[in-house]
Amino acid sequence: MNYLRRTLATAGLALASIAAMAGSGQAQDYPTRTITMIVPFAAGGPTDIIARIVTAEMAKTLGQSIIIENVVGAGGTTATTRAARANPDGYTLITGHMGTHAAAVPLYPKLAYHPEKDFEPVALLAGTPILILAKKDFPAKDLKEFVAYVKANTDKMNMAHAGIGSVSYSSCELLSSVLEIKPTGVPFNGTGPAMNALVGGQVDYMCDQIVNAVPQINGGTIKAYAVATPERNPSLPDLPTTIEAGLPKYQVSAWNAIFAPKGTPPAIVAKLNAAAAKALDDENVRKRLLDLGSDIPKADGRTQAALAALVKSEVEKWSAVLKPAM
Amino acid sequence: MGDLFSNLGLGFGVVFQFVQWAPAFLHGMSIPIPINILLCLIGALVGTLVGVLPGIGTIATVAMLLPITFGLPPVGALIMLAGIYYGAQYGGSTTSILVNIPGEASSVVTALDGFQMAKQGRAGPALAIAAIGSFFAGCVATVLIAVLGAPLTKLALAFGPAEYFSLMVLGLIFAVVLAKGSVLKAIAMIVFGLLLSMVGSDIETGAARMSFNVPELADGLGFATVAMGLFGFAEIIRNLDAGGEGDRDLVQEKVTGLMPTRKDMMDSAPAILRGTVLGSILGILPGGGAVIASFAAYTLEKKLSKDPSRFGRGAIEGVAAPESANNAAAQTSFIPLLTLGIPPNAVMALMVGAMTIHGIVPGPQVMQKQPELVWGMIASMWVGNLMLLIINLPLVGIWVRLLRVPYRLMFPSIVIFCCIGIYSVNNAPMDVVLAGIFGLLGYWLIKHDFEPAPLLLGMVLGPLMEENLRRALLISRGDATVFFTRPLSASLMAISAFLLVLALLPSLRKKRDEVFVESES
Repeated sequence: MNYLRRTLATAGLALASIAAMAGSGQAQDYPTRTITMIVPFAAGGPTDIIARIVTAEMAKTLGQSIIIENVVGAGGTTATTRAARANPDGYTLITGHMGTHAAAVPLYPKLAYHPEKDFEPVALLAGTPILILAKKDFPAKDLKEFVAYVKANTDKMNMAHAGIGSVSYSSCELLSSVLEIKPTGVPFNGTGPAMNALVGGQVDYMCDQIVNAVPQINGGTIKAYAVATPERNPSLPDLPTTIEAGLPKYQVSAWNAIFAPKGTPPAIVAKLNAAAAKALDDENVRKRLLDLGSDIPKADGRTQAALAALVKSEVEKWSAVLKPAM
Repeated sequence: MGDLFSNLGLGFGVVFQFVQWAPAFLHGMSIPIPINILLCLIGALVGTLVGVLPGIGTIATVAMLLPITFGLPPVGALIMLAGIYYGAQYGGSTTSILVNIPGEASSVVTALDGFQMAKQGRAGPALAIAAIGSFFAGCVATVLIAVLGAPLTKLALAFGPAEYFSLMVLGLIFAVVLAKGSVLKAIAMIVFGLLLSMVGSDIETGAARMSFNVPELADGLGFATVAMGLFGFAEIIRNLDAGGEGDRDLVQEKVTGLMPTRKDMMDSAPAILRGTVLGSILGILPGGGAVIASFAAYTLEKKLSKDPSRFGRGAIEGVAAPESANNAAAQTSFIPLLTLGIPPNAVMALMVGAMTIHGIVPGPQVMQKQPELVWGMIASMWVGNLMLLIINLPLVGIWVRLLRVPYRLMFPSIVIFCCIGIYSVNNAPMDVVLAGIFGLLGYWLIKHDFEPAPLLLGMVLGPLMEENLRRALLISRGDATVFFTRPLSASLMAISAFLLVLALLPSLRKKRDEVFVESES
């Protein structure tokens, strides 16, 4: 009995001191310890690389290290759920993307979080433009011919994608919805195998992130018809945009952004936002991101309000295009 | 040919690059340091040490250690990663042999005879032959990549979904031949393994199958989780149940030499050679090639052996062949990455990630644009294999001494390390619980003479088979004849049919039954 009381007393004391610590660790001296950045995808993927490049610079500004924790599974939603439930103290953050914080809403009806209700938008990092790609002997010179051909031969078309919930899947579904066609979708495990099938000519076309495609396009193993962003991309200066090539409705970019659990103090979020913005202005960071073909948001796109608006519009956009994966 | 030598020369030049190191305490003097060799050595060492933790296979090891290479120059980082990769691969084989816990699919077969050898006190020779076989296979595969890398790429591209499906069918036939007991039980285990592989999301619709609303099951059962349960935990329960202490003490007394005898070497040499050839060819195929390589090599040895009954009871060929095959395959699996810039499997995808972080995006032109990188990596493969030999031959003694730890101390540590290993792969507590459940299941299976190896192979091949079947049928719009009209696919199907007939021939079955008569210890 005595023992139990002592244990309880110790526990109480411990709790009290934790509470005191939480109280004292307020925004002005934030951060006082290491920050964990959850990346909901494997190390080495596009989101992971962008997160690593930017957070390394943010850590310098904040004066504390930021540890990347890669938590994979269920199209990134496992990790995002975990981040949504984390303590909103600014020490657990997540780099979400177009999938986890928009397309997941229509794809997974039983999603345990909502991108708008359970997260504080912190900062938009960088986007990876989507390209319309086809096998190298695809019989179309430009996007107009591609559209005509795909529409005329819908029944014969095989469209590769990297699995339900992947960026390439969502982008392809958007293309099908814009073109009002229903090609046969062939699922692969990741963009690597899908690209292999495209290079090998086993499938006809796919929509994929620019990072994976540039070397193949330059090497002549596949064809590219357009980039789905408003402006041309410096890594492929000769490739027209979908607007120039006559398909202005097809606009898609795999954006990546930092989110904090709902309830994180506004002062901390503001501090993180400023650190991210500073990182995006760093010469070295910019160069590395541009080398990857990324789109770096301009000043007006870097505010919390801009990110909140982006998430809202993206959730609406994808909810109209994607059907639930049962 | 001249090209080849100049290319390899370029590669070795990169690997043997010296950096002048001038620390302050030397007062202006500098020491040349072979920086890339050192990185390769450190990578192989760290890879071995992490890979030896049960449950942490190659992918997990590479993923965990990837961030430590981010601060290095690109060539150095990739050389170090290659070292980590080979180290992890070899570390997985070590646990297979010592404690019957395969770290990944390609070392399941190694556990069959390797662990039996360890039980007979021959863990030393088993580990040594694994290292020697791997080294030999590594040397051959390095040359092969250098000479035939580019033309072999065509093979990887010629393999479409239909061909993969047929290859997986062939793999399943191998799995039947693998089993040492009843064919019926082996088939039952394979089918059970296939069923387990169905757990998770449907590839085409994303619908959850057999996941019982448990979110952790949505991505399917992890290989490490199941392997750890069926092999590791089940073995421990069985040992405790059968008075493992006594059994183990016997092992300790039986430890004979650490190094293989002359006879061991003679027995293993042809097996290593055949394993290397099979592994080199199958490794080129992205997705599943390396897995099939190891048990194709084992099956081949068993078929060619004068006395197949020795297999599964500690035949050294049964360690030498699959180990050579999986190492050769591990190496030739770089071919699609180096020539096409396309990562054929998860480990290679991580490598691409590492390259991208260093600002190199691999593609079909990587060989022309960055020859020092590609050839440096090829040369580092050879160096990496040499490092493995150098690190592991002396380590054999230490590993074997580990077996002398009294079992009452050993089994709790294995359990703890397994749990840490399983947890750290996905940071998921559920995985540990699942491994426990599979441990109980594994114990039941052992008690009823079902072998876990075919189950695991079924589980590994299941998704590959299903996905490629569905892809092939999607592309052909439901026409199943594609498997027989495409020449490559048709040949693979023909080989499968031939093997199946062989396995079902009455004469062979009789031989099997003889094999099956076994005194249960």
